[in-house]
Amino acid sequence: MPDPQREKPVDSGIAIDSEELVRANIGWMLALAERLLRDRGLAEDVVQESFVKAYEGSAGFEGRSSLESWLHRITVNTALSKLRQLKRLAEQPIDENLPEFDRFDCRIELPWSRLASVEEVMESDDTRRRVYETIGELPDSYRVVLWLRDIEEYDTSEVATLLGISKSNVKVRLHRARAALKKLLEPVLRAEELQ
Amino acid sequence: MTTKNRLMRRLKGTMLSRVHGMITCREFEEFVLGYLDGELPAQQAKIFDWHLRICRECREYLAAYKRTIEVGKAVLGPGHEPVPEDVPEDLIKAVLNSRK
Repeated sequence: MPDPQREKPVDSGIAIDSEELVRANIGWMLALAERLLRDRGLAEDVVQESFVKAYEGSAGFEGRSSLESWLHRITVNTALSKLRQLKRLAEQPIDENLPEFDRFDCRIELPWSRLASVEEVMESDDTRRRVYETIGELPDSYRVVLWLRDIEEYDTSEVATLLGISKSNVKVRLHRARAALKKLLEPVLRAEELQ
Repeated sequence: MTTKNRLMRRLKGTMLSRVHGMITCREFEEFVLGYLDGELPAQQAKIFDWHLRICRECREYLAAYKRTIEVGKAVLGPGHEPVPEDVPEDLIKAVLNSRK
């Protein structure tokens, strides 16, 4: 006998477990999970688990957000659980890419004769790819915070809850991640290759 | 680094660390996130702004730091997700089969 709860249309009249809904959403969910986990096999596991959670929790979907943002949140949470399970969120060293100061506490920063605009970076497939890959080079514990705060625009408290760390730790990791990324992206941002 | 540059840095460091109402570049670093999030109390924000006026290195560093955030958002933000074209049919079947 069909379960009326599961057959309930949750958005635009599409049932949560319809093939149509799965096919319409699985691509971006896989991309999202792969971006967080940097591993296609793990991302596939996460997508499957996310759909299972969606089926199980479909009664909890109350239509306050769009179906897509609900699935997005489930995918992010599931991917973060996976990273935690794999102990990939423990703090890792990033010091070599942090700002440097001399013995007088003055910043060591080579002069910037030119700073590339966002448009210049976005114009070239090569520089876009380099930015994407460089973000991927950050240690997971920093990359994930940067991604949640700057790209997904979660606030500090939400990130702290999602990762099970303090708000001040989120702030420290975010600042270090940005500072390290700035250093790693200098060849692109100094526009040396864009001129 | 030339002797002149070393001397200038020494003078700058001494001034920033000793003059009331000024902060060193190292101290400036601790305020960056709060400044950008608008969370600094008015007096601290004023000290931060004052440091920016007199320190070329921190001014350029902050500009590049902000551009890094903008570039990250532009490359990874909404509309730029690289959606895989080849979602394996096996995965779709596995998801559909996991329906009870």
